[in-house]
Amino acid sequence: MVAANENTVGLSQAEYDHKLGVFEARINRGEKIEPADWMPDDYRNQLIRLIHVHANSEICGALPEGKWIPHAPTFKRKLALLAKVQDEVGHAQLLYRAAETLGPSREQMLEDLISGKSKFSNVFHYPAETWADVATIAWLIDGAAIVNQVMMAEGSYGPYARALKRICYEEAFHLKHGYEMCVVLATGTKVQRAMLQDAMNRWWEPIMMFHGPSDKVSKHTSLLVRWRIKLKTNDEQRQQFLRQFVPKMIDLGIEVPDKSLRLDKKTETWMYDDPDWSVFKKVVNNGGPVSGERVEARRLAHEDGRWVREALEAAAKNRPIPMPPASIR
Amino acid sequence: MTKIETCQALSGVTKEGVIDLLYRMADDELMIGHRNSEWTGHAPILEEDIAFSSMAQDEIGHAQAYFQMLHELGEADADTLAFGRKPREYRCAALVSLQKDDWAFTIVRQFLYDASEQVRLTALANCNFKPLAQLATKLRSEEKYHMMHGRVWMLRLGKSTDESHALMQAALDKAYPYALGLFEPTEHCQPLSQAGICPPEDDLKSQWESAVAPVLADAGLTIPESCKPVYGGRVGKHPPELTQLLDGLQLVYNIDPAAKW
Repeated sequence: MVAANENTVGLSQAEYDHKLGVFEARINRGEKIEPADWMPDDYRNQLIRLIHVHANSEICGALPEGKWIPHAPTFKRKLALLAKVQDEVGHAQLLYRAAETLGPSREQMLEDLISGKSKFSNVFHYPAETWADVATIAWLIDGAAIVNQVMMAEGSYGPYARALKRICYEEAFHLKHGYEMCVVLATGTKVQRAMLQDAMNRWWEPIMMFHGPSDKVSKHTSLLVRWRIKLKTNDEQRQQFLRQFVPKMIDLGIEVPDKSLRLDKKTETWMYDDPDWSVFKKVVNNGGPVSGERVEARRLAHEDGRWVREALEAAAKNRPIPMPPASIR
Repeated sequence: MTKIETCQALSGVTKEGVIDLLYRMADDELMIGHRNSEWTGHAPILEEDIAFSSMAQDEIGHAQAYFQMLHELGEADADTLAFGRKPREYRCAALVSLQKDDWAFTIVRQFLYDASEQVRLTALANCNFKPLAQLATKLRSEEKYHMMHGRVWMLRLGKSTDESHALMQAALDKAYPYALGLFEPTEHCQPLSQAGICPPEDDLKSQWESAVAPVLADAGLTIPESCKPVYGGRVGKHPPELTQLLDGLQLVYNIDPAAKW
């Protein structure tokens, strides 16, 4: 594992410029950067930040949907939802591993999440209030996430890109599961239709903020695009999401809860009033409706599990991992 | 003894016995799967979060398979049976409806429960009712992995730190009387055993004791002395935890049981 800063410490400006030139030329040729390769500190730190937030979002994202597993109303939905949330936790595992190739340990990253030092996606700071929220999350939030992740999977850092390829493959199933749930509710009883519309009303604003601040105000985007960590700006991703999903929502008879939203037919572009980005900023800094509850759930899992992790470490030191007897292998 | 080849060929007290047995197994699987699914997002390490989600899927899937067989025997469809009954109509043992509690209790309960399933499914895999024998053979192949998982965790935690040992022993003391309750006999057990479908519960219990005792000893844990089995679940007398569990299980279903979800 490479310690942060190891690569760039002690370089003269000329040496740094030379290495940077070689690094950027590799990226421009479409090569992947691997953990042992030289990389600028900014590249490493931006990636750690992004992957860490992404991993945090996967485990915090497991909470609103996971809460509904015990309430799922049929075998089909219960099994699908369990498998879906399990996938999200699996994604967190993959992503923390990808971030570990850049320096920080999983334990440290989990502690940073709990202390509030690192962030998670804005959408998981909101509560899942009804069963229709589960459908909305699986369809539209996973849909928005796929737009982002398919793009990021073409990015320049090898371990992250490879993890994302696998994640995107699984997310495609989530999208189908979410869409099918929304179709059933949208074509169901009056109560079910109202439940779905209510969920859409509550989730729309967080979803419009999901891809991050507008390009006019985003402070990270240009460097990320230059180093092919990101291939599209936040606004481009949001536009792609709207093009893909708004027509489907309208087809299902869902009223898109944004009066400013309109299609410019000439350019096939969805126009909208910018969300209030001060709300986004407050929410991702743990000022959202259930930020405290999410962090507390992670803290409890981490604290309650401490004796288990300590016992595992002690057991690993003292003796080899016990294997099952041949009779049940 | 002649084999019973199809669901349609079952009749009389044998059929009633099979229905009772399937309800017992289905409800056990549904409830323990439900409790295990409560760990999704909250386990001590991500790998176990994933493992318990997998086991929960297996168990809930097995419950569905038993309910589908019940449907073939003339009962309601699987979703109605799982989500639409009153608390006293469920036939699960109290062990599986208890709250998830801490990780030690989760591991101990799961281990004791999986061992009971292993014993029962092994017996059923050779039983005279062919559809159930086939199903038991299939499910047993999945349960094998639960046993491997449970055994490793029992050994690791039972003998690791003083704290882990103490928590595991406390969990065993709590779970053991409930685990004995998995073998609560019902009025249908005798006809089932006479028809060569399921051995008497006492026989299964002895086999189970022989299976769990060596692992518990290897894990440095002591079986609590003179435990009284906790009975009642097989005749619909449940601890309050089941009512609480069912309130959650049926929450959305009860909004409109006739609706498609």
